[in-house]
Amino acid sequence: MKESQRYLQGNTGNWELVVGLEVHAQVISDAKLFSGAATAFGAPPNTQVSLVDAAMPGMLPVINRQCIYQVVRTGLALGAEVNLESVFDRKNYFYPDLPQGYQISQYAKPIVGKGEIIVDLEDGTSRRIAITRIHLEQDAGKSLHDQHPTKTFVDLNRSGVALMEIVSEPDMRSAEEAGAYVRKLRSILRHIKTCDGNMEQGSMRCDVNVSVRRPGEPYGTRCEIKNLNSVRFLMRAIQCESARQIEVIENGGRVIQETRLFDPDRVETRLMRSKEEAHDYRYFPDPDLLPVRLEAEWVAQLKAELPELPNEKRARFVQQYGLTLADAGVLVAEPDRADFFESLAEGRDPKHAANWVVGELLGKLNKTGVELFSAKISAIQLGELIDLIHDDKISGRIAKQVFDEMFETGKDAVRIVEERGLAQVSDEGELDQHIDQILNSNSDKVAEYKAGKEKLFGFFVGQVMKATNGKANPKLVNRLLRGRLSN
Amino acid sequence: MAAEESLIGLSIAEMRDGMRLGEFTAVDLAEAHIAAAESVRELGAYILETPERALEMAAASDARRSKNQIGTLEGIPLAIKDLFCTKGVGTTAASRILDGFVPSYESSVTTNLWRAGAVMTGKANMDEFAMGSSNMTSYFGHVQNPWRRVGDNQPVTPGGSSGGSAALVAANVVPGATGTDTGGSIRQPAAFCGVVGMKPTYGRCSRWGIIAFASSLDQAGPVTRTVRDAAILLRAMAGHDAKDSTSVDVAVPDYEAELSGDMRGLRVGIPKEYRVDGMPSEIEELWLEGADWLRRSGAEIIDISLPHTQYALPTYYIIAPAEASSNLARYDGVKYGLRIADDDLQVQYEKTRGAGFGAEVKRRIMIGTYVLSAGYYDAYYLRAQRVRSLIADDFNQAFEKVDVILTPTTPHQAFLLGEKLEDPVAMYLNDVFTVPSSLAGLPAISVPSGLSDNSLPLGLQLIAPAFREPTLFSVATSLESCAGFVSRPTIVAKKT
Amino acid sequence: MALKKEIVAQIAKLARLEVDESDLDLMCSELSQILAWVEQLEEVDIGSVPPMTSVIEMDLKFREDVVTDGNQADDVIANAPERDHHFFVVPKVIE
Repeated sequence: MKESQRYLQGNTGNWELVVGLEVHAQVISDAKLFSGAATAFGAPPNTQVSLVDAAMPGMLPVINRQCIYQVVRTGLALGAEVNLESVFDRKNYFYPDLPQGYQISQYAKPIVGKGEIIVDLEDGTSRRIAITRIHLEQDAGKSLHDQHPTKTFVDLNRSGVALMEIVSEPDMRSAEEAGAYVRKLRSILRHIKTCDGNMEQGSMRCDVNVSVRRPGEPYGTRCEIKNLNSVRFLMRAIQCESARQIEVIENGGRVIQETRLFDPDRVETRLMRSKEEAHDYRYFPDPDLLPVRLEAEWVAQLKAELPELPNEKRARFVQQYGLTLADAGVLVAEPDRADFFESLAEGRDPKHAANWVVGELLGKLNKTGVELFSAKISAIQLGELIDLIHDDKISGRIAKQVFDEMFETGKDAVRIVEERGLAQVSDEGELDQHIDQILNSNSDKVAEYKAGKEKLFGFFVGQVMKATNGKANPKLVNRLLRGRLSN
Repeated sequence: MAAEESLIGLSIAEMRDGMRLGEFTAVDLAEAHIAAAESVRELGAYILETPERALEMAAASDARRSKNQIGTLEGIPLAIKDLFCTKGVGTTAASRILDGFVPSYESSVTTNLWRAGAVMTGKANMDEFAMGSSNMTSYFGHVQNPWRRVGDNQPVTPGGSSGGSAALVAANVVPGATGTDTGGSIRQPAAFCGVVGMKPTYGRCSRWGIIAFASSLDQAGPVTRTVRDAAILLRAMAGHDAKDSTSVDVAVPDYEAELSGDMRGLRVGIPKEYRVDGMPSEIEELWLEGADWLRRSGAEIIDISLPHTQYALPTYYIIAPAEASSNLARYDGVKYGLRIADDDLQVQYEKTRGAGFGAEVKRRIMIGTYVLSAGYYDAYYLRAQRVRSLIADDFNQAFEKVDVILTPTTPHQAFLLGEKLEDPVAMYLNDVFTVPSSLAGLPAISVPSGLSDNSLPLGLQLIAPAFREPTLFSVATSLESCAGFVSRPTIVAKKT
Repeated sequence: MALKKEIVAQIAKLARLEVDESDLDLMCSELSQILAWVEQLEEVDIGSVPPMTSVIEMDLKFREDVVTDGNQADDVIANAPERDHHFFVVPKVIE
């Protein structure tokens, strides 16, 4: 990165931004971390609540094997140390959506230790961001503040759902890096299916620590911005907060360590009132649980069974399919995208397939805001479309029209081509008729061409295409025209 | 019903035999014990009597018996300490903060009891949240010990926290009751009330559905009038429970088959550290006598040392309040129980908890909060857990030399109701002999063994290695028969 | 160790316990007395003894990932002091 881009410009000189992230990722499991209630999103209030989740007197936690399995796999995918003994602690504080009055979390002995994520930036460079630790903990319930003028409503459906808290070192130096980190992390979690990464539904949320300092100086005082639920908001929040801190310092003030919230409407951060009081969480080992002990062989087995990770897949795509690093990077960012591509490339020109996915399909998804998994067009269908081009049944230009309709309706390419009569005209007799007519009505241009103005050839091709509504086989048109014009 | 014989005062084993022989029915027993409760209400030993439920359960029991479906506690009336959640029956932990709480679930231990055929007569009074050694801290009033000192009629404490359970059993209101023991809460009231109280190995009984005080110490156990009954009752209460991560997956033996009382070759340890300063001579004498009984029954008496004994109480009074401060955070006026409403949530929390908890509970929450707070954790809680390891290790070493340890249950006889309240530490010293085995998770039993100079009951305690309950019951049987404790309290249920 | 009144008030706040100003002095002296008494643990030579992590030596058992519970919203809120439909209700919280 260029020197000028590394720093933020203040009124009094350059500032370096320092960012660390805590990502809360909901573990994919059917039941909750310590109870048998379901984890599905969007159920009616308090229907996915066991007596354990509601902290009824005398209720006790029993851990879900799948959650341990998932967090260990996540650690392995981030190249992290898995701790064979870890401990659940209680984090004590009062809040209405925390029914026990404590959250079961891991403090002194988390299940996963140091790891790293290699983050790819838009300029083609990459950075290593160190992971400090990953621990398992319970999610809280949901407080609804907008249902009543003077009351808060509490729904405990989320209470007790397993979260992985993935904590990074303060290794990021720009909002872009932080955004790329979260996208890469999400891509990895989706590849190994430990978190669905769906930020809108809250299954991935970020708390970000932001500070600024003069280049080369020690870290400045940081502020934590909580509950960011999209990459865009994360990046905006970092930008606003760093600008705020620079302004505070440049105006002679001091940054105060505090917890803030990002207001996306006003594009600013503000003090979080409920966190004003200094917390003393009084962590201690949960006496209802015992230390979690894992077998080294089991961990080794999980490691061996990990699926291909995004970086490995990208390298394979470059090598196996001859794709550019950039295209391969786009394709592996989401596992279903990579799978779509691979099934499309099967038996076809891979570069052609990659162009269709990266150029057309992703462009369309972006524009319409549709997710690939809910798109109406399948890889098989898109493959049939590509085959039609390859077999000279339709032209590339027509293919794009057909694709648009396939995307909208989910119909097969062949059917659309038939219904709309888009099949390529390769009948020499029919084309000859069109050519006769065009040459007759443009005899002046024919003369000019024959006198040496060869670029008029394109004009004649265009006229034939126009007369056939673009369906004429371009290669055939070329051959026939050359024959006729050379006489 | 056998008209001549009263059904009040029979042991569980005798009731079992009587019903087997068709001498009386479960409904007869239920009716007799409902009446018994009414006759001694002044003891304050029940928070809630459940006569309708008792009759209903007894009728169902008789119906099962007629189909030859007979559980190990078929038709036996039992009182349940009000710390056990009982489905559809108010459960309070003797606290205002749970006044009116009705669980939609049944604790695992009581589920086991009902499955074995037992009949619930009511919910026994106790110290609030099981915190106390006097039964003076209950929101529902104190419990009186059915015993009186000779020559005066002042009410005596039944001990605590399972004081209601012990008083009910002592006064013949029920043949047995459940208790819970965190630092002596079964054994100390059993000793004060002249009954048998047993705390099994930690993990032996499920804690699921028992309102938590200190999770790493809480254990349910039986309170009965005989050692045999304790064995019968524990067998029904115990068992592995997948809903409690600290429940142990070890088969439950038929304890009743282990009551041989054969002491030959058995090694009994006498820990010198239990000879504490200022211990009344009557306690010391009873202890020596107990050792002598066992020796004469064929046991070998061995002096042992448990060097960290004196640190057990301070260790306990860090760990138990720390766990309690967190366990009791859920009583916040949001989901159940008391709420003192306020527009400000924080004020509502403080008012609700301030009004809902009694003085002793608040004191322990404060201590627990303090010892866990930033900057103090290492010095208090972590250090206490290290000392706890040392205390457990003392026992491990001792049990290389002996099979069982004999000690007094309490350092003195039952005190008067209201005594010692002004000095919390003096009150805590009640548990000096019961707390070490609680910290180590070991099974222990208190057996009524004699009377004090002014005729209050005294107990001797036996402590065994983890899961050696059979040894404990066997030695307790021997102690029981040697002691021949037949005295009855001043106040007992009227025979009908 | 003798606790200051402000510390006791702070602990009460942390524990969400309302304590009357008039009771603070008594609470202060009681807690100080208890703490002074438990502080005798300082004289124990703990060397490198590990803290106790489980009372009885055993491994944590894992539950299978199966939905076995829920769909009891009526029971969940049955004892709530204030409820609306199936929500718990508290005074408004400002984040």
